[in-house]
Amino acid sequence: MFENLSDKLQRAFKNLRGQGIINEENIGEALKEIRMALLEADVNFKVVKELIEHIREKALGQEVMTALSPTEQVVKIMRDEMVAILGKDTAKLKFASQPPTVVLMAGLQGSGKTTTSGKLAAWLKKGGHRPMLVSVDVYRPAARQQLKIVADAIKANIYEGKVDGDVGTALVERLAKEARRDAVNSGCDVLIVDTAGRLHIDDQLMDEMQVLKKRLNPQEILFVADAMTGQDAVKSADEFHKKLTLTGVVLSKMDGDARGGAALSIRNVTGQPIKFIGVGEKYDALEPFHPDRIVSRIMGMGDMMSLIEKAEETLDKKQSEDFAKKALTGDGFSLGDFRDQLRQVKKLGSLQSIVGMLPKVGPFAGMQAAVDKVDDKELGRVEAIINSMTPYERDHHEAINGSRRKRIARGSGTSVQEVNQLLRQYAQMKKMFKQMGKGGGFMARKMMGMKMPGM
Amino acid sequence: MIQTLFGNPFGKPEADKEEEKKPGLFDRMKQAVTRTRENLSERIEEIVSIGKEIDRDTLDELEASLISADLGVNTTHKILESLRDRADRKQIKDSDELKRLLKEELLAILAQTPAKAAKALDGEPEVVLVVGVNGTGKTTTIGKLANALRADGKSVLLCAADTFRAAAIEQLEVWGSRTGVEVIKTKPGGDPSAVLFDALSAAKARKTDYVIVDTAGRLHTKTSLMSELDKMRRTAQRISPGAPHETLLVMDATTGQNGLQQARQFTQAAGVTGIVLTKLDGTAKGGVVIAISQELGLPVRYVGVGEQIGDLLPFDAQAFVDGLFE
Repeated sequence: MFENLSDKLQRAFKNLRGQGIINEENIGEALKEIRMALLEADVNFKVVKELIEHIREKALGQEVMTALSPTEQVVKIMRDEMVAILGKDTAKLKFASQPPTVVLMAGLQGSGKTTTSGKLAAWLKKGGHRPMLVSVDVYRPAARQQLKIVADAIKANIYEGKVDGDVGTALVERLAKEARRDAVNSGCDVLIVDTAGRLHIDDQLMDEMQVLKKRLNPQEILFVADAMTGQDAVKSADEFHKKLTLTGVVLSKMDGDARGGAALSIRNVTGQPIKFIGVGEKYDALEPFHPDRIVSRIMGMGDMMSLIEKAEETLDKKQSEDFAKKALTGDGFSLGDFRDQLRQVKKLGSLQSIVGMLPKVGPFAGMQAAVDKVDDKELGRVEAIINSMTPYERDHHEAINGSRRKRIARGSGTSVQEVNQLLRQYAQMKKMFKQMGKGGGFMARKMMGMKMPGM
Repeated sequence: MIQTLFGNPFGKPEADKEEEKKPGLFDRMKQAVTRTRENLSERIEEIVSIGKEIDRDTLDELEASLISADLGVNTTHKILESLRDRADRKQIKDSDELKRLLKEELLAILAQTPAKAAKALDGEPEVVLVVGVNGTGKTTTIGKLANALRADGKSVLLCAADTFRAAAIEQLEVWGSRTGVEVIKTKPGGDPSAVLFDALSAAKARKTDYVIVDTAGRLHTKTSLMSELDKMRRTAQRISPGAPHETLLVMDATTGQNGLQQARQFTQAAGVTGIVLTKLDGTAKGGVVIAISQELGLPVRYVGVGEQIGDLLPFDAQAFVDGLFE
């Protein structure tokens, strides 16, 4: 139902064209749809209410322009409002004039503090800093060991310390103090303090955070929040902010398919910028936060920018262009070229994740359903089949007769039927591309211009 | 109370009068959702006390209450639809009646879920596969579950099949030593299916009652990681037909509408048979389980209400819903 917010808005506005102006009456239905969409994206319902009021105010009395459809007009207002809440500032950390800069990580259990601490250290290292990590999570089993393993993996300094003697907050305080001293002595300019996950209503542990803050005087107190959080995000963020005065937010697990409405809620209630998003389990999977992208995501309009960026990063542009030229003109592309393209696409991630970044509206509406039917393993099988061919066969598919097919099927662990199917599809595709090329028309130029690999 | 796979490892049934000393199960459940109840009840009280007549505005406000409990738009609408019908027919006159009716609706949704998981063959271990996205509390839940089973006199083996996350094996080992249960493990980065194979073989040889399998947290959108779960299921099947007998999806109560997607995908890939709702001792309401129950018919088996070893309770739909509105 969320997939077609645009469609719904269009329906809500279907009678608007003739009226010339957006008024209380005709916007009602549209606002209702927007409200549903935002709630479905886990934006807190109070924040939704505020947003809806703002959108209503801005939209009312606006003339229906000829250039934009009423839907587009309202979507634009909605987008602007959300970007306004999220603000423009992205990944910047405050550094102390007198090192070490102290970054205190805070958050609920399981939000991803330890992983984020490691990623942040890796990010700082890349930026030429010398970070030191310390875990003061003396509560969760093996939590300190976890950070040690992370630190070793990214080759960052870690203060391990001894956990005998003191217990609880006294131990936490001591470890923090010692780590700070160790950072100074070993010339580390940033100290990242990983803390135990705690509930915002756990007075004792929230007091401990305040003690840590007083002891360490951190430049940054980052609230790590799970992107999948629902309506409760406001309460926890608000409470953490009241007790600690947060300086920023890291939104973790953004590589899933959560809409991330919590971002709006948290930003709205703390007023603090979201600085980073976590996008994977690898230590470099930390990205600067882009308000406009998450707005698209919350609205179900896809995350085209991220996709394009990812494509540019991972795809070999030259190879793609060569392929497009070859496919559209001259002799067409070989099975070897086809395999290269497959490999490139695979570098982007699973088909599902690629399509997840596309808008769920317009020409892309049916994509998700289509891709759900495709098994990523199928791509692997296709590659295996092509791998089992000789170079000669890859260039001359017409030469692949019955016995060759049998051999290829055996070699790739597939069946002759599957080999047949691939050859048939390949022949069709080749023909199609050639026709497009011959036409020399719009499609061909468009394909070349896109620089995206043809499948 | 729902029948659990484990009979009732958490002590005697409620009906037993011996429980006077300790707060009953019902009370603890209620305690756990007190905050939820306060918030929700307050709001309903507020709404209803405006006037005796229940009008559409009231129901709209009620909608907001349910939505802020993370029930989601669809579920909320389904519930309110029938409430609205009755209100229109002026059958609802005061807040008590409205609440009673709302409770009925919620209970009806929770009640339509099948309560029972498959049983292991005689002499075979019961295999419990524990899955979920990252950071929901799988390992902690397993520690608590092992403790409850041990207290009930069962023999348990833990299988550390999260070979991916740093120190995940060590974390499970701490729980193993706390509960006096052996952990079957491999080296970090090892094959989860291989360690599962070892654990099940060992359990069979030793005639262990239960094997609880810890898996790495994974986002339900990662296809390759999800198919790894499928492979683990097939491995389990090979050694012990019918295994895993129970697949528990551990879900954080703070989860919003993405919980539905999680439940869908994990059920598809790993055949989830029940949900453990964790971190219910916070202010989050976990209302998404009602949406999940409505859409997928997955029962909630347990709730996690703290970090202590005893903080796992069987889910009791009546108590859960009663707690919301009392």
